[in-house]
Amino acid sequence: MLKVRLIPCLDVKDGRVVKGVNFVDLVDAGDPAEQARIYDREGADELTFLDITASHENRSIILDAVARTAEACFMPLTVGGGVRTESDIRRLLMAGADKVSINTAAVHNPDFVGAAARKFGSQCIVVAIDAKATAPGGWEVFTHGGRNPTGLDAVEWARRMTAMGAGEILLTSMDRDGTRAGFDTALTRAVSDAVTVPVIASGGVGTLDHLVEGVKQGHASAVLAASIFHFGTFRLRQAKEHMARAGVPVRPIDRRPA
Amino acid sequence: METVAIIDYGSGNLRSAAKAFERAAADAGLALRIVVTADPDAVARAARIVLPGVGAFADCHAGLEAVDGMVPALRAAVEEKGRPFLGICVGMQLMATRGLEHRVTPGLGWIPGEVVALQPGDARLKVPHMGWNELRPRGPRHAVLAGIEGAAAPHAYFVHSYQFVPLDPSHVLATTDYGGPVTAVVGRDNLVGTQFHPEKSQEVGLRLIADFLLWRP
Repeated sequence: MLKVRLIPCLDVKDGRVVKGVNFVDLVDAGDPAEQARIYDREGADELTFLDITASHENRSIILDAVARTAEACFMPLTVGGGVRTESDIRRLLMAGADKVSINTAAVHNPDFVGAAARKFGSQCIVVAIDAKATAPGGWEVFTHGGRNPTGLDAVEWARRMTAMGAGEILLTSMDRDGTRAGFDTALTRAVSDAVTVPVIASGGVGTLDHLVEGVKQGHASAVLAASIFHFGTFRLRQAKEHMARAGVPVRPIDRRPA
Repeated sequence: METVAIIDYGSGNLRSAAKAFERAAADAGLALRIVVTADPDAVARAARIVLPGVGAFADCHAGLEAVDGMVPALRAAVEEKGRPFLGICVGMQLMATRGLEHRVTPGLGWIPGEVVALQPGDARLKVPHMGWNELRPRGPRHAVLAGIEGAAAPHAYFVHSYQFVPLDPSHVLATTDYGGPVTAVVGRDNLVGTQFHPEKSQEVGLRLIADFLLWRP
């Protein structure tokens, strides 16, 4: 049976982890590759780096972190943030990323997703959708961290992106992001049930029960969380154990002795 | 020092794959040189050969054919010299007689059978089959699966929309369940192939790679 994936997300700015927890075993808490190694050891099923670097000049700094992570952590790595061109994708994949997530560039040019999927394969093209509730049972796609409305219906957009060749949807509720109030499970469910590809639920996780809700109520194939792990509120191991106890199928933690 | 050749034919980045092979070799106490190469001569000289592959069957087939002299070198090493061979993901699918993704494309023809669209018995199951799924070895014990057979619940990372259906069930060395059995590992003689990505499957994957590197078919 396919297991539900638990995906820790690291926000990276100018090559440094933002809001990283200072685990005692970290030499450098700001180093994304170091943080990635901790998550790897704790049984993360995948890793996501979100590059929030503002300036275009500093974007290439992430490549070094990606390369060092990919050489030490033998699990899938997704990188998002500022992916706008085929050359951005190529550079990330060559650095060692397995997938890239495309957000704003997909809204500005939907054909970009199709071209990227044809060139690199759907398996490495994730479309990130940031959505806000605009009516009961209605959600609109936003860009730029929830600031810019697009007029696009989130469920329709997810269908369209899947038809263009997206291999996976990373769905973030901008209403819930940062609130720790739990996923918008109605949104998650509406999108998950509408598309044939896996949906990763994101935005709002504050408790371990929220992870379970994303799967049971939201029908998500994977759940992503950032701050509950960054701040050390919970360890990944606890989260997996909690999900297993709640009846969510998760991969048993498989680790050689450290 | 013996060389393990990971064939580079433009299908994805192979640096992290090479690192996984280096780690597995070191863990197994093997002194091996891991090379990522597009040179048919390097493949001809290699003690072991790995064929990776991501994307579509037809594209991978075309990419492999596009490297001048590669397919003949691969055939000579694998068919005539009996060098141990590992196909990964689409590299495993290319071992088939033919693939039906987008159009009918011939494979290397090493394991009779076809690569067909994944159609899980349960319509709620997503395609691609993406994520960690449990491996179920079947048939006689196989040296490359020794570590997996010894593990309690071995999980590996899959990402695919097509699956290899061998004609001869004895060529299926392991399956996984996704709305019915899905071929996870194929093999015969000096050939083995995994639908999943051992280089992305953490400890279970590294163990399988080590077992491949130790394998004396």
